[in-house]
Amino acid sequence: METLILLLFVFVLAAFLGFELIQKIPSQLHTPLMSGSNAISGITIVGAIIACGVDAHGIGKWLGFGAVVLAMINVVGGYVVTDRMLGMFKKKNK
Amino acid sequence: MEKLIDLAYILSSILFIFGIKMLGKAESARRGNLLSAVGMLIAMVATLLYKEVVDLKLIGIGLVVGTVIGGVWAQKVQMTGMPELVALFNGFGGLASVFVGWAEFEFGKQTDVVTEVAIYSAILIGGVTFTGSLIAYLKLAGKMSGRPTLFPAQKAINAVIFTALIVLGVIYVVQGASWALYGIIGLSLLLGVLGVLPIGGGDMPVIIAFLNSFSGLAGAAAGFVILNKVLIVAGCLVGTSGIILTIIMCKAMNRTFGNVLFGGFGAAGGPAGKAVEGEMKAVSVEDAYFVLEAAQSVVFVPGYGMAVAQAQHAVKELGSILEKNGADVRYAIHPVAGRMPGHMNVLLAEADVPYEQLCEMEPINASISQVDVVIVIGANDVVNPAAVDDPESPIYGMPIINVHEARTVFALKRGKGSGFSGLENALFFRENCRMIYGDAKETIVGLVAQFKG
Repeated sequence: METLILLLFVFVLAAFLGFELIQKIPSQLHTPLMSGSNAISGITIVGAIIACGVDAHGIGKWLGFGAVVLAMINVVGGYVVTDRMLGMFKKKNK
Repeated sequence: MEKLIDLAYILSSILFIFGIKMLGKAESARRGNLLSAVGMLIAMVATLLYKEVVDLKLIGIGLVVGTVIGGVWAQKVQMTGMPELVALFNGFGGLASVFVGWAEFEFGKQTDVVTEVAIYSAILIGGVTFTGSLIAYLKLAGKMSGRPTLFPAQKAINAVIFTALIVLGVIYVVQGASWALYGIIGLSLLLGVLGVLPIGGGDMPVIIAFLNSFSGLAGAAAGFVILNKVLIVAGCLVGTSGIILTIIMCKAMNRTFGNVLFGGFGAAGGPAGKAVEGEMKAVSVEDAYFVLEAAQSVVFVPGYGMAVAQAQHAVKELGSILEKNGADVRYAIHPVAGRMPGHMNVLLAEADVPYEQLCEMEPINASISQVDVVIVIGANDVVNPAAVDDPESPIYGMPIINVHEARTVFALKRGKGSGFSGLENALFFRENCRMIYGDAKETIVGLVAQFKG
């Protein structure tokens, strides 16, 4: 129970932080911001690794494996795409 | 070891927070993205250190496969294909969260209500995110009609599914019945499909931002399943910052989120506003050239049509020629132009349009009456003056770029049909507006040829 309260505490604070972090974003950054935060949502890879790595057999483990692949596509793809986009933005500051 | 892992998680949380913050500013955005990627790497390595995590070989295979697929895909995609790819990646993240919750259920370790509620949330939110993103992907990639798909009793069916999800949720949490959980998985996936089907192409920026937020929340829910702090923090950050972006998008269309979700906006049979009087006047590329040649100031207003025609490079070339010709050239971008937030900015950036020439809606509206020529390329509703002066129009009140106040408007358009909203555009009937029919790219290339010849 104590863990739960602590985690809820973390959740609520993170929610407020999320609202505060992004207030005014220039619209040219909407796409990179979205795909960048999309990559962060691949954090579920952490849960996937744990589910895939446990010493067990059966469907749970394979679901974990599937989750690792999917989350990793999300993470790598998300970061690479965002970097490509931002790289184009950068060029004209020359 | 557990303490070390927790410390690493704190570090990656900090990196995520700075990463998102820096993504909001042009100068720091790329470094911000890199920081958050480092945070992700740290979180992953730390997780591998758990003593329960033993099967490193299988994990390694999964990581490599995912890296290759994601990396190659992201490298190869053209900038015009960006919206659908982001939608697809987002869906994968959602499905991963479903799998994490489901796997935990199959391991059968959960005994308490809290974990069961968390599994339920992860599967529900993740499932809706997955199929919702998939439908958005199909619509954006043109593999499916971008028009809203409506069918009889749609809302009633959705309400039934929603109720069933709640009932099954209660049964699952109380009894731990596996059939209830499988039912929840199926219905969540169905709800995602039915939820996004009625949403039209022009509303995609809102729904993509929203689904992005949802995939974060699914991650946070998965975090409650395995009691993992970094999952909760990162998931929640994405969830809430995505909601902010969703709100920004809704405001730019002067609509509530509920209206976007349930409105079926743009389907046949909706209100059409006043009938527009007058006629559309076409002009040839040659005649347009003479006007442009004499223009002192030119503003381009791109829309989704520019993306479809892949015309951004040609547009940039014309812009440069006009500049050499002595005109002041700018690009005015409506916040919801295109199919995802900031879509036009990405395309014009790809074509090397200088940063300073990209203008947001408000500054351009302040000086639009001084502009000699506005060239509208495949934009429609975001320049429809009915939003300003026709209270009967369904888009009345939506902030638009007031191009009708400029001296001359050239509207590049494929044919005489209306835009995604199904509305006639009152702009095209204005005295100062001339239509140039045809493929947007060919028209622009034609204008460039006129200048060169």
